[in-house]
Amino acid sequence: MSKEINQITYNYKVVRQFAIMTVVWGIIGMAVGVLIAAQLVWPVLNFDTPWLSFGRIRPLHTNAVIFAFGGSALFATSLYVVQRTCQARLISDSLASFIFWGWQLVIVGAVVTLPMGLTSAKEYAELEWPIDVLITVVWVAYAVLFFGTIMKRKAKHIYVANWFFGAFIITVAILHIGNSLAIPVTMWKSYSIYAGTVDAMIQWWYGHNAVGFFLTAGFLGIMYYFVPKQTNRPIYSYRLSIVHFWALISLYVWAGSHHLHYSALPDWAQSAGMVMSLILLAPSWGGMINGMMTLSGAWHKLRTDPILRFLVVSLSFYGMSTFEGPMMAIKTVNALSHNTDWTVGHVHSGALGWVAMVSIGAIYHLIPKLFDLKEMYSISMINLHFWLATAGTVLYIAAMWVNGIMQGLMWRAVNEDGTLTYSFVESLEASHMGYLVRMIGGVIFLAGMLVMAVNVWLTVKQQDAKALDTVTETA
Amino acid sequence: MDINTLRGLSTILVMIVFLGICLWAFSSKKKDDFDDAANLPFEDDKIAKRTLSEKERKNHD
Repeated sequence: MSKEINQITYNYKVVRQFAIMTVVWGIIGMAVGVLIAAQLVWPVLNFDTPWLSFGRIRPLHTNAVIFAFGGSALFATSLYVVQRTCQARLISDSLASFIFWGWQLVIVGAVVTLPMGLTSAKEYAELEWPIDVLITVVWVAYAVLFFGTIMKRKAKHIYVANWFFGAFIITVAILHIGNSLAIPVTMWKSYSIYAGTVDAMIQWWYGHNAVGFFLTAGFLGIMYYFVPKQTNRPIYSYRLSIVHFWALISLYVWAGSHHLHYSALPDWAQSAGMVMSLILLAPSWGGMINGMMTLSGAWHKLRTDPILRFLVVSLSFYGMSTFEGPMMAIKTVNALSHNTDWTVGHVHSGALGWVAMVSIGAIYHLIPKLFDLKEMYSISMINLHFWLATAGTVLYIAAMWVNGIMQGLMWRAVNEDGTLTYSFVESLEASHMGYLVRMIGGVIFLAGMLVMAVNVWLTVKQQDAKALDTVTETA
Repeated sequence: MDINTLRGLSTILVMIVFLGICLWAFSSKKKDDFDDAANLPFEDDKIAKRTLSEKERKNHD
């Protein structure tokens, strides 16, 4: 081993910052989610103020959980994994700080502008152009930091987790810029350069790949490092992971049009999206099986390790929602599910069951390592969190399945003379109980996040927790 | 050439590339390389220890 490698240390500061903010933004984003879920049960909860109305707060919820909670988890884990698997320090500490503070500024911008009603009205890309520009700058800095670190790696290979993180960084940059192209008219108002059906197709090219690359490829990167690390055995098949990678990234970009079934989009484009969505099942399940099989011979660890339980259950939900997704993309199934709560349930089986659970597992693995501790303050609190998260997710998605199928059936029911059997408001009234159960599921999931916050607080406040790093390499 | 012929050919090309990736990934020549790569997550603890060690903390800027 060269003298140089003996001097290297990691930049853990930025990982610590993002890991802590993952918990903070998780609680805020999910609390806003619970609020809007409660508004659907008791509409009076918007208090007749425009700032708390569902239409303004719902994008705040989605932005906060996807980009603030999920984003922080991705920054923390990717910057940790890239250093450790490349055996190299991040190329620049100041660039790392810029990314952390820049991203926090983006989120604060969202928290201020969305309730004010400043929106570009593009789903999952509601932020107006000045914030879009800031996102672009931070994201380019992130790409430079990540790929720069890969380029100065000491290891010969680029570990598969970094391939997934790399694809996530590049594709999100392309998606964000492509979808957000707009002509500004004032400081907080712009018009998309796309119009009509083309705008819709660009929107769902972006929207579906935000799911595919932000919420899937990035979190698969987490899976490929943290599942082997937590089970203490290498990934089941490295070869399968290579095929998984190329198949997943080459297929995902074609599936977006399934969001526009039975719309003005040309029929062939809808069918193409449906077929690509069906094929996507293969790489999705390939990846899930690869993660699951890593545990073969070590299943007993699930009995004692709640962190591993989080990771494995997240893979189960990933497998379930990547089966459900292609099924819902079939046009005849979509005829029933389109615009119903089934879609909302599907998103949350992915978002709560997969994205949040794999992030939570990774953060529980990370926090002690970043503060030089053996384990979290309380393992039984992790266990409690696991059961709250699982119960909350199951309640949520079951309620939305029931609501969604019921709504689909009520909307399509016709009388003998061809008139509609039910008015829309009748289906809304019938959904009331489902909305209540969904809100309870959300409250339970949020309670788990609060347990996590307490556990993290008690962990980092312990006397032997260290938050200062040795820096031996001049950056 | 008709644009649709080109489209058809590109589909075949992508299929060949994908099969090539599969063959490459599963060729026995690459086995040792991939075993090394698969073990990368387990070769990182020394630097982590140094990052958090008290002794060298004085170098902190």
